[in-house]
Amino acid sequence: MKGPIWIERLYERCSGCRRCEIACSLLHEGRIWPEASRIRVFMLIPGVEVPHLCFQCEDYPCVKACPFEALSINSETGAVNVDESKCNACGLCIKACPAKVPHMHPMKNHVIICDLCGGRPRCVETCTEGRWNALRVTSRERDFSYKSLAKTPEELTRKVAEKLYGKEIAREVYE
Amino acid sequence: MRGYAGKFLEIDLSSGAIKELKFSEKILVDYIGGRGLATKILWDRLGSRWEKVDPLGPENILLVLTGPLTGYAPGTKICISGKSPQSNGVIGSTVAGEFGVDLKCAGYDGLIITGEAEKPSYIFICDNHVEIKDAKAIWGKKARESLKYLVKKSIEDIKTIKQNYGEVKEPSILYVGPAGENRTRVAAVMAKYTHGAGYGGYGGVMGSKKLKAIVVKGFGPLPEVHDLDTVLQFFREISKRNFELEHFRRFGTGAGGYYHGAVQSSEPIRNWQEEWHNRDSYRPEEFDKFWVKKYWGDFGCAITCLKLAVLRDGKFKGAICDNPDYENQAYVGTNLGIFSPEDNIYLSYIINELGMCGIQGGAVLGFAAELYEKGILSEKDLEGIKPEWGDTEAFAALAEKIAYRQGIGDILAEGVYRAARKISKIKGIDVSKYAVHVKGVAVGAHGVRSGKDDVAQDIGYACSVQAGDHTSAASLPPDRDSPAPGELRAMFLDSAVLCMFTTTLPFFKLEDNEIFRFYEAVTGYNLSREEWYNEKALRILHLQRTMLLLGGPDACWRPETDDDNPPRFWEPLPSGPCKGKTLDRKKFEENRLNYYRSVGWDERGIPKPETLEKLGLHEVIAKLKEVGYID
Ligand code: SF4
Ligand code: SF4
Ligand code: SF4
Repeated sequence: MKGPIWIERLYERCSGCRRCEIACSLLHEGRIWPEASRIRVFMLIPGVEVPHLCFQCEDYPCVKACPFEALSINSETGAVNVDESKCNACGLCIKACPAKVPHMHPMKNHVIICDLCGGRPRCVETCTEGRWNALRVTSRERDFSYKSLAKTPEELTRKVAEKLYGKEIAREVYE
Repeated sequence: MRGYAGKFLEIDLSSGAIKELKFSEKILVDYIGGRGLATKILWDRLGSRWEKVDPLGPENILLVLTGPLTGYAPGTKICISGKSPQSNGVIGSTVAGEFGVDLKCAGYDGLIITGEAEKPSYIFICDNHVEIKDAKAIWGKKARESLKYLVKKSIEDIKTIKQNYGEVKEPSILYVGPAGENRTRVAAVMAKYTHGAGYGGYGGVMGSKKLKAIVVKGFGPLPEVHDLDTVLQFFREISKRNFELEHFRRFGTGAGGYYHGAVQSSEPIRNWQEEWHNRDSYRPEEFDKFWVKKYWGDFGCAITCLKLAVLRDGKFKGAICDNPDYENQAYVGTNLGIFSPEDNIYLSYIINELGMCGIQGGAVLGFAAELYEKGILSEKDLEGIKPEWGDTEAFAALAEKIAYRQGIGDILAEGVYRAARKISKIKGIDVSKYAVHVKGVAVGAHGVRSGKDDVAQDIGYACSVQAGDHTSAASLPPDRDSPAPGELRAMFLDSAVLCMFTTTLPFFKLEDNEIFRFYEAVTGYNLSREEWYNEKALRILHLQRTMLLLGGPDACWRPETDDDNPPRFWEPLPSGPCKGKTLDRKKFEENRLNYYRSVGWDERGIPKPETLEKLGLHEVIAKLKEVGYID
């Protein structure tokens, strides 16, 4: 796929195998390290697993919010790149993000955000290989608001739970 | 040794003291982790007075242990152990979930929990922040309510520790339901809604310590391994083979509810009165109707064989449970005369909510139903409940009574073996022949009479050091690794703590040389097949056997009578293509003797002093002399 890409998430299919976390942390940290993965699978309700990663909003509020110019947009992939030496872990990008995607590196002093693996997302590869197909690479299209999909883990959990369990049960087990 | 976080946590609930401790490299090499290490810890700390330790008293030790392969092998497990209130020996009982990974990422290989809390408590671990917290808000609550509270509360607590971190993921949680809180012997240690470490009865041990839950969140990486490339090569290779299992991935063990009955004649039906059925209503597709359409699994899993069943309408509306997996399809299904997926899903959900083990709970429900059928237990004895075969609501009501130890439930909460003892006394009739268990543990849903089920041979349950545990059946030869793992192979999986399904199934397995190479890639220790089967596994086996034989205080097993199958397994099968088949007593005794010999026990089933000497277990010789097992 040429040009900017996007990772489509079909939440109802996520198995909770968390192999995307393994793949991502192995590539970026050389270790199996769930908390240092740029994709994190939230399971606020058992059975409702929500893979959470950057949505690459069209207006990149996180990038704008950073007072240190630590964040930039990768012109090839559209990913948000973190300049670790500039980031001082103030957390303003997290506040600005409608989905609360960025999180601190668990042991270092900077945020981490999905970098789309430079155009070859390992999380998607691993998810496809196991035929879960909860993640899929698509091209990034014009005239579509990716930011409209950017939701917090809680918001997504609520929606997915309603789909999987029905409104009533979802309310009972979560609210 | 690589693959270990390097330290353990010891938490004394009586005094509130929390300390870190380490085990020597020698101990880790010999006992690995999980079940093996649990056996060693229990022997060292309680062995000399084992027969006097009350499994449900403050002296018992609850162990929650990972193994070196936890997190690196696809599918994560955690091993729970202690002195079992079912077998009065040691059982390594595993449960899936992310707990083992979170614990290692927090920097600990395991937890050693002693004493008894003054009031309902739970343990909260966030990296090196370890706290005993008040569980007042959830004591008495069932699974869903307990989890909802613990997830929300713990995320808040983690956020105050990790300020400015961003969104915090839920921690991993082990907990007990009412069945555990009320110290029943049929209670599991639960994870998520539906995962349980049932064998052993450690839910009751948690309850006896007033420990409602253990919550852990780890922010670090998994520990370094010896050779990451090789580890990942194994990870990929195992996954590749797992991905090929299309039907197992699609239906999980939930295809068993039909298969084991119709094809193998090995499924418990109406308290094991029969083992054959071919009900169309119980085919996998009939369950599929209620499944959420996705694969479901835990950290690192490649098979993701679980399914989520949800009842969105009908009279049991609101129920959520897994598959149900085969054991639940059998034990809270066919074993109770239930052949409807919907009813089976509902009852599995009830059992989960109560924190009960499906096998031990289902066995005691079936036992009560047979006594009712035979007129030994009356409607009055059962306080108005009429447990007729197939009456799901009656069984749900009885399960509640058991979990809360109300009325007859107080007796049934003791599990089939002890309930049979009590009822025999009260009624003046010997009802032990209806209790389908081996050494206090209701056997797995894999009958041995038809000879078609690979899981257990005729000596499988009778000679296992984990009693009725079908995931650890004794075998001839003892080092059997297929078609189903024998006890010594299972012991490796339970000690290195990894999933049996991703690595050892009848139709797929990691060869011994592969599994030990995988272990070496993680730990750096070159373990040969011979060293495991002829030395290390035997050492663990002998310690487990010794503690099982010591038993006490309320149960004591004699090999000549208790290394045996349940009485029901000696009756001929009454129906199906294997009608008339049963076990051959003479052959069984021959096999048993062969087994004793091949693992180094004498003809009475007692570990031989020379075997113990060779394994370096000198204290065991002294102890067995003290109680008169050897002169
Ligand atoms: S790899 Fe796919 S199925 Fe597995 S947890 Fe990640 S998103 Fe879900
Ligand atoms: S989802 Fe968050 S981190 Fe990603 S581009 Fe939008 S604001 Fe930035
Ligand atoms: S695309 Fe790459 S960086 Fe982004 S979440 Fe997936 S694996 Fe991680």
